[in-house]
Amino acid sequence: MAVENRRLGAAMFAPAALYIVLLIGAPFALAVMYAFSDARIGTTGFHYVGFENFRSILQSPSFHAALRNSIVFTIVAQIIIIFCSTVLSIALEKPFRGRKLVRLLILLPWVAPISLGAIGWKWILDSIYSVITWVLVWAHVYKPYSAPMWLGEPHLAMASVILVHCWRLIPFSTVIMLAGLTAIPKEIPEAASIDGAGFWRRLFWIDIPMMAPIIWVAVLFGTIFTFTDMTVVYILTAGGPFDSTQTLPLLAFTTGIQGSDLAAGAATSLFLVPVLILIAYFMLRAAYRAEVV
Amino acid sequence: MAVVETRNLVKVFKQGDLGAVNNVNLETREGEFLVLLGPSGSGKTTLLRMIAGLEAPTSGEIRIGGQLVNELTPRERGIAMVFQSYALYPHLSVYENIVFPLKAQRVPKDQHKQKVEWAASLLGITSLLSRKPRQLSGGERQRVALARAIVREPRVFLLDEPLSNLDAKLRASAREELESFHDRIKTTTIYVTHDQVEAMALGDRVVVLNKGKVRQIGTPKEVYDEPADTFVATFLGSPPMNLLEFSEVIVGFRPEAFLPSALVPGAAAVEFNYRVNYVEYLGAERDLYGSLEGAGFESKEIVSRLSWTMPSGYDVGTVHEFSVHQSDLRFFDPKTEKRTQPRPYPWR
Repeated sequence: MAVENRRLGAAMFAPAALYIVLLIGAPFALAVMYAFSDARIGTTGFHYVGFENFRSILQSPSFHAALRNSIVFTIVAQIIIIFCSTVLSIALEKPFRGRKLVRLLILLPWVAPISLGAIGWKWILDSIYSVITWVLVWAHVYKPYSAPMWLGEPHLAMASVILVHCWRLIPFSTVIMLAGLTAIPKEIPEAASIDGAGFWRRLFWIDIPMMAPIIWVAVLFGTIFTFTDMTVVYILTAGGPFDSTQTLPLLAFTTGIQGSDLAAGAATSLFLVPVLILIAYFMLRAAYRAEVV
Repeated sequence: MAVVETRNLVKVFKQGDLGAVNNVNLETREGEFLVLLGPSGSGKTTLLRMIAGLEAPTSGEIRIGGQLVNELTPRERGIAMVFQSYALYPHLSVYENIVFPLKAQRVPKDQHKQKVEWAASLLGITSLLSRKPRQLSGGERQRVALARAIVREPRVFLLDEPLSNLDAKLRASAREELESFHDRIKTTTIYVTHDQVEAMALGDRVVVLNKGKVRQIGTPKEVYDEPADTFVATFLGSPPMNLLEFSEVIVGFRPEAFLPSALVPGAAAVEFNYRVNYVEYLGAERDLYGSLEGAGFESKEIVSRLSWTMPSGYDVGTVHEFSVHQSDLRFFDPKTEKRTQPRPYPWR
């Protein structure tokens, strides 16, 4: 009986283990291996070069820009996302007419394929056809010839990329937080209002502190999504202008795959690992705490 | 302290549905401990939530201390409430939980510590002030909830089944504590429960509710001894009052009034032949479940409760002469189910 159970357990567990080993473990091992070699696309042999790739990357200005941008991009986007989704989730928790429709509309950006959304935004922010520019010109905020180039000026390009990311991730965080909010027993806010708390006191003393674990979960997920994402940046700016929106994943992709320097690409992407391990550690802890409470 | 009054209070949750609360008129007395008693779904909690301001009435008036409070928010009503789940703030310490209403009501800061200590010592939880709610036992949580409720000296106390999360033994001692607590603070209290023992033990008066309607208001003795209708007669008492239904009248008598004839002296007793079908031994007493012999009494289960001091020998299958004293009989109208005039035996 026990032996049978163990076999069944192993069989049930096998697909997950295979998936992790073949699709995550093997490529990761390969990346580590490449990072210490001089592999290029088409190379057949393996030639160990030690830390040479890392040394050259650390001297590359593109890498410095990408690292700095990745950090700015992730932190700024997360702050905006968490603020907006906290407000949204609290607003959407109370029943009102049309709440279901509003919830659906808010969820749409997350449901739509990211590439389609990004292409849509590329047109919205286009240097010639931008509707935003058109509206601003129409409202006499800008003259037609001096209108801002949303994706063509370094700071504007960064802001645009961050905002598109927010547009995409706010629904996701909102859904996580709504789930967390509904898990708060309704007697607790009721008790607070009987105890005499007004809206703000309830918000800052009761609602937000009680949401803290779930906000934490949303932050960790959001950070991973933002930090590892390259689709939005790739479609909108391809890292430009002048590397002003270059991020680590995109740099790894362009040098490793498009530039066919597999070794440099692998080494670049390995810089993501320590950050992601740290986040994973906190995520597991948050999940554990959520279970305990 | 204040008097709470409801006038023609109605709550309908969904249009077209029956009201959860139907035309309830209540008036507490100054400093009274009023218990709302009813089965689940009787509207007692809805009634309490309307008084608290958590639920808006569909129609009718609520007055606290003579002031119409229908439009006031919970915080403006000067009430405190203890929830069934206690609703302690899990992320705050016991001290922070108790001080929360003071902060929210903008009580000057220099009074906080002294007031919290007063409330905590009243409930004997001074040593727990730095703990978090999850580190407390059920009984301790309940005391923290009470301390949080009294700390700002409310005009009215509302308690929603505060003992139902405690185990049976703790519940009895918590009940006693609540009683002496009320004796000390003497704040008007409205207490919701479905437990008749709690209601009888705690209430100055008991309001029996069913399907959103008040069936009877009276002292525990009144609602038990003089039930206003068959619902009150059968809801209070365990096992409930025996009811014999005839076309003209329903006759009721309590199991403890239905005894072996030898124990019911005098000419004013009504006698039956009673067949014992089942005996439940409860320690201090025995409950006999059986039926009355004779035409018209078939199939109706009748319960007799004998105290342990009474003679034994009422075994399953035996038939005995049992009697009820005339003064222990209650009569109800079969159509309205309300109390009616006593009638002489036989009742058919």
